[in-house]
Amino acid sequence: MRIALTLNGRTRELEVPPNQTLLQLLRDTLGLFDPKEGCGEGVCGACTILLDGRPVSSCLVLVPTVHGRAILTLRGLEAGGLHPLQEAFVRHGAVQCGFCTPGILLTAYAFLEGHPEADRKAIRRALGGNLCRCTGYAKILDAVEAYAREATRG
Amino acid sequence: MAEAVTLGRGLRLVGQPVARHDARDKVSAATAYAADWGMPGMLHGTVLRSPYPSARIRRLDTGRARAIPGVAAVLTAKDVPRNTLATDVPGQTTPVGPLRARLYVLAEDRVRYQGEPVALVAAETEELAREALEAIEVEYEPLPGVFDPDRALEPGAARVHEEGNLLARWRIERGDLASAWGRAEAVVEGEYRTQFVDAAYLEPESGVAWIDSDGVITIRVSTQVIEHFRDVAEVLGLPQNRVRVIGTYLGGGFGGKEDVTVEVYLGLLAWKTGRPVKMVWSRQESLLARAKRHPFRMRYRTGATARGELVAQEIELLADAGAYAYLSALVLLYATVTAAGPYRVPAVTIDARVAYTNNPPTSAMRGFGAMQVVLGYESEMDKIARAVRLDPVEVRRLNALQRGDRLPVGQEIESHVALPELAARAWDGLGEPSLPRAPHLKIGRGLAANLQPYGRIVWLHDWSSAWVGFEMDGSLVVRTGVPDVGGGQASSLCQIAAEVLGVDLERVSIHIADSALTPLAGTTTATRQLYMSGNAVLEAATRLKGQILGVAAGILGVDAGALELAEGAAQAPDGRAIPLPELLAQCARQGVPRSYLGVYHAPAGEPVDLERGPGKVFPDYTFGAHAVEVEVDTETGAVRVLKHVAAHDVGRAINPQSVEGQIQGGAVMGLGYGLMEEVILEEGVNLTTSFAAYLIPSALDVPDVEPLVMESGEGLGPFGARGIGEPPIGPPAAAVANAIYDAVGVRVGRLPITPERVWQALQAQTGRGEGSGERS
Repeated sequence: MRIALTLNGRTRELEVPPNQTLLQLLRDTLGLFDPKEGCGEGVCGACTILLDGRPVSSCLVLVPTVHGRAILTLRGLEAGGLHPLQEAFVRHGAVQCGFCTPGILLTAYAFLEGHPEADRKAIRRALGGNLCRCTGYAKILDAVEAYAREATRG
Repeated sequence: MAEAVTLGRGLRLVGQPVARHDARDKVSAATAYAADWGMPGMLHGTVLRSPYPSARIRRLDTGRARAIPGVAAVLTAKDVPRNTLATDVPGQTTPVGPLRARLYVLAEDRVRYQGEPVALVAAETEELAREALEAIEVEYEPLPGVFDPDRALEPGAARVHEEGNLLARWRIERGDLASAWGRAEAVVEGEYRTQFVDAAYLEPESGVAWIDSDGVITIRVSTQVIEHFRDVAEVLGLPQNRVRVIGTYLGGGFGGKEDVTVEVYLGLLAWKTGRPVKMVWSRQESLLARAKRHPFRMRYRTGATARGELVAQEIELLADAGAYAYLSALVLLYATVTAAGPYRVPAVTIDARVAYTNNPPTSAMRGFGAMQVVLGYESEMDKIARAVRLDPVEVRRLNALQRGDRLPVGQEIESHVALPELAARAWDGLGEPSLPRAPHLKIGRGLAANLQPYGRIVWLHDWSSAWVGFEMDGSLVVRTGVPDVGGGQASSLCQIAAEVLGVDLERVSIHIADSALTPLAGTTTATRQLYMSGNAVLEAATRLKGQILGVAAGILGVDAGALELAEGAAQAPDGRAIPLPELLAQCARQGVPRSYLGVYHAPAGEPVDLERGPGKVFPDYTFGAHAVEVEVDTETGAVRVLKHVAAHDVGRAINPQSVEGQIQGGAVMGLGYGLMEEVILEEGVNLTTSFAAYLIPSALDVPDVEPLVMESGEGLGPFGARGIGEPPIGPPAAAVANAIYDAVGVRVGRLPITPERVWQALQAQTGRGEGSGERS
């Protein structure tokens, strides 16, 4: 079937099999490897993308349902350099193996867009659906919290 | 060549929390993980796995699968040139008896665990590959199995392997136990049980293989051990130099990518089809079939004087190896050597066994046997402290090993043991006690210390090599076969090279983990890379510095020892300087190499007879202490960790931010082990094959762990560093168990400490009367 969507700001028209997941479309068809497959059943959050600005597990989304909608993957955040949230992750040591990082960055970004004044507790709750096996989360929370403070100040 | 140049005292980069180059790549999703790779004309490989934990294969027919258009290969055991795979430790130089283990690449006439590989398929698409798997006809005859290591060792138990179910046994006897018990004025004992857990790295096993233009089978794979190119060659019957492994930046390893995973299957399928093949295991497949952490059943009996000095300890350990040996004998060795903890125990016996069962195989996982026993020895310490009315810090101070003391195996501790200080700082770090929020919520605190070896067993003759060289423009290249599992392995090596050679980190490029193109550095396991490859890079960089400063000394007419490499130039005390590009051109003209291949050999020794000893087993140990504060809900049994302070002596923190990350991440993995995680098996059938059933901690399940980094400078690594990858996973479970006892007076000696188990223990306590929950 034929669908149209906006991917990282660009409108695309695509011929897709109706049983394909959005994760498969992005990775296997479009070669866009920002989202990772960690579990394939919507638990780990590694495949998170923003669908009309909201974080979703792309492994659970069937492609026909994204017709006419806007999709943002991690590289859609960057505009001529790293986004300040990405910089905060580098600075605070929030990245170890990095496999969960794209999903966590997008979840945190979307949450802070809607809740710029969020405190650490609220950020922790917002990231509850993104698993990380390396960091113990503290430095991820440090990074997101620091960015939130900078963003609200600036 | 100039003499080795001494390092300047003021360190510029080492010890700084510098941002990691790989973090920059990872936040922009530029890093190409193993599954983010592809080749033109690539096939998709899949594995057919046994649904039974114990069965005979009566018939295996691949005809229908082969006939499906688009299926390029269907392989069974008879298609594998050499179907047994030795799991010798890579680079092992000394035959070590029971440590040698074999397994089948594909099952022959029997399957011994649920998930055991039976056949392989390569097809044009993933869908076709799955269709072909379903078309393979296998007739199984289920056989009796054995699912518990105690039962496995009983007479008449079903045999997992012909040679019997006892895989390995290690024993240590030290001191006169009979007379020591006579001096014991306080005696405690207990049985402790740990569970199967999964490494649960977020990146499942994956890779791509192809036959390169030179005919070399090339496998780009997520692995902690690129030296598995040798295993692939052995299975294919090829010379080792016809197989190349390119290791990717891993999406986590934790020991689970230490054994062979997809690489042998990829090598087989690429070799048979002549085409590139990709294989990515699903999470469900990984949870079903990948090796787990060994469950241990531990019995401890401990005696101390009335003042709290340990005098005697008897320890019996039994571990579950699952269906194949993998690294079980080694894991048990680590447990045996560390079973008495970081304490001076004058008389001790340790009897440790590991048995085959029809459960999933168990093998390496962060902590490697030395972490399971922490629950045993630290629960005992807590009981002793309560019996003689000492506080948790004092009982550990009183008994802590000191330099010159010996472990039960007889190994002398040759470095500083900061245990008393670590324990005190962790305990004090908890601060003011939290107040109960409601009458049914009880607050308690617990402490646990540990020791964890870093570096491999000394009779494996471990070594690592690294090449460091300047390009003509003064930029620096490091080449070393180090797999980076996410802990900043590569980045720390850049820091060391940049430190010594006076260049900025931005001027360093590092190429890692290619068995054909980078000097071999050994495995990223056993908390050894910073120690081993850090020393190799330090050696290479120091020698290289000497070489080029020798040339600079000739030009400037001063002694090489008076020169410094800084800000991209050789600098003399009088202010004259030669910029690197000019100096390197001079080196070229004079025939002085602009590179150096450093090789570091760890202290080596002969195999130790554990029972008779004494002897050295490991190069050195890292010590730590964690303190936690918990809130126990007496109505539901739920345990919440409110505070967690984790202190380790890391010798020297090359990158303090990476060190803190290891401590926080390891501690949280340890909390998952203590409170949540369990691979649940029913007669060998895995009931937890999804992340919806196998629960690892989320941000909501754990507190912010406060890392306390101590630097004694006493380590064997570069600049006095000790390893910190594995150590932080050891103490949390025991610290939590001790804190729960402190809160509500019940001791749950079985992991994970679920609400059900706490609640049941509380019910039993009520039945017995308040305060008598200590089941020992």
